Amino acid sequence: MKDHASLAKQFIKNEARTDWHDETLWFVRQKRDKAAHGLPEWEQLRTWASEIKDHTLSHLDDYLLEFEKNATANGIVVHWASDAAAHNKIIHDIIKQEGITRLVKSKSMLTEECHLNEYLQQQGIEVVDTDLGERIVQFRKEPPSHIVLPAIHLKKQDVSDTFHEHLQTEKGNNDPQYLTHAARLHLREKFIESSVAITGVNFAVAETGGFVVCTNEGNADMGAHAARVHIACMGFEKIIPKAKHLGVFLRLLARSATGQPVTTYSSHFNKPRAGQALHVVIVDNGRSRQLGREDFRNSLKCIRCAACFNTCPVYRRSGGYSYHTAVAGPIGSILNPNLDIKAYSDLPFASTLCGSCSNVCPVKIDIHQQLWKWRQVVTEEANVPVSKKIGMRLMAWVLDCNVNYKVAGKVGRWMMRNLPFLVKNKLNPWYHQREMPEAPKQSFKEWYIKNKKA
Amino acid sequence: MSGREAILNTIKANKPVATALPFIDITAAITYDDVLQQYKTVLQNIGGSCQELNNEAELQEALQSITASATKVVNVLSATPETIATADAVALEATDIAIMRGVVAVAENAAIWVPEEQMLNRLLPFICQQLVLVINENDIVPTMHHAYEKIDVMGTGFGAFIAGPSKTADIEQSLVIGAHGPVGLQVLIVKK
Repeated sequence: MKDHASLAKQFIKNEARTDWHDETLWFVRQKRDKAAHGLPEWEQLRTWASEIKDHTLSHLDDYLLEFEKNATANGIVVHWASDAAAHNKIIHDIIKQEGITRLVKSKSMLTEECHLNEYLQQQGIEVVDTDLGERIVQFRKEPPSHIVLPAIHLKKQDVSDTFHEHLQTEKGNNDPQYLTHAARLHLREKFIESSVAITGVNFAVAETGGFVVCTNEGNADMGAHAARVHIACMGFEKIIPKAKHLGVFLRLLARSATGQPVTTYSSHFNKPRAGQALHVVIVDNGRSRQLGREDFRNSLKCIRCAACFNTCPVYRRSGGYSYHTAVAGPIGSILNPNLDIKAYSDLPFASTLCGSCSNVCPVKIDIHQQLWKWRQVVTEEANVPVSKKIGMRLMAWVLDCNVNYKVAGKVGRWMMRNLPFLVKNKLNPWYHQREMPEAPKQSFKEWYIKNKKA
Repeated sequence: MSGREAILNTIKANKPVATALPFIDITAAITYDDVLQQYKTVLQNIGGSCQELNNEAELQEALQSITASATKVVNVLSATPETIATADAVALEATDIAIMRGVVAVAENAAIWVPEEQMLNRLLPFICQQLVLVINENDIVPTMHHAYEKIDVMGTGFGAFIAGPSKTADIEQSLVIGAHGPVGLQVLIVKK
């Protein structure tokens, strides 16, 4: 089985590309900082957002019922799906009634989580992803590598080659303007001819029975307003109590994600337009289980801005695919073990626990604390490699006892000085990507005892 | 409906102890000495442009010059053919310029609230090549908190905050104006 470490090893083979990936995402992080520092009330906004989400989770069933009641009164058809399979089937049933074989979809990480595209493809229905980044990776038969910037792992030459193959653009023309324009023409055709559109949901408002979708490209709106049937898919944690709370979240979302003051479009869907059918699918898929895990429940506050991705020293240098899941990065590493603890037991270890993710999180999720807690759960319940288990026990034995610690330190220092080949060899995994330090002649304790007297 | 019951029951059993909603004190939000200037600066940064006009006559003049060389213009402000409301995507796709009114503009991010009633057709502000939004200077508020106090979200079937022309940076983080929606946004600000 591929785990984060071995997949990351593949990614970092190309050093120039790794550096480029690292710098590109750090640039996005810096834009986020600039936007955040532009608002004196930034920390207050984070506190409000966190408290609104805490409150909502503690009244979640009430707010979902309020949403359902108001949405239904607005003419929206509300569906409930316990898991990915139910979600996919509900959508397929709606599509079947339309008798179509192709539809457009704007970005929805939930549909990635549920593998909707693959499912519909098996039923003979083609899904055209309309977000530019998603369309690029779809042409390449790849999943998104980042939840906000799906094609961030690709360079413009890659996009140019892909478009040359699929959209017959000029070979070797790498101009982003030219390539984007080609995609615009291609996708406008799809929008116009598509009678069904699927979108995600950024925020669903209990008070109004409506929902908000945010994009920069306008693809969600192009699809939804052109289609006869609009299906919006949401994880149940997308609910917020009141419309005025959108003020708090929309001020945080784009600033945290890309450093923009707001996305180009924040579209509020309350009622279907005349002659249109509007469906909302509310999905659980493990979320209600996560709600019951006291240590991990506040991961459900996430608004999918990906600020934690962009700041993470491990994500930036290992790429989205090393997380082998729809939602990568630090937040993915605390969400996915809940879905399948065995398959994702490696992810809580894909972190330095530096805490930067928690510091940038607009809803104050204690991501690094949860990563640390998941490590303990995973070690108890799942299949952590034997080498890691033995290593941890050995470490505990050394750190647990004064004498062991002293002796181990002495032996280690002596070995590194006199028998360096014992640590500087291929059998020592620590040495693979690192230089071993110069061994000091004495420990700090020895130095302290000596110098205290003097 | 078994899925629904199961989900709601599990949530009820697993939800945390009740906490209170915070009081959103919007006096804590940033203020600007000159909201119009702030609005114009942000709009420019996000790829939009604007003109300030002193009265209705100047507005009509500006609209005339903007639309002079366009083939297909849909002006929701003037008498517009009823057919626009029910026009489909194929018909609307040929729209070069769409003109409509915005209700509230936000200085901190240059977004303009446009409810469905001003759009005439939900697709129009997204499918046109160039979008022109007309706002009153009086309707510029400092932040989104102020905007939500002023607009009636529930009073419309659909509404959008529109901030600048459509854009993407999905190819190597290079900003390209004109993704799927309009390639340009002009805001006409009518003075008090």
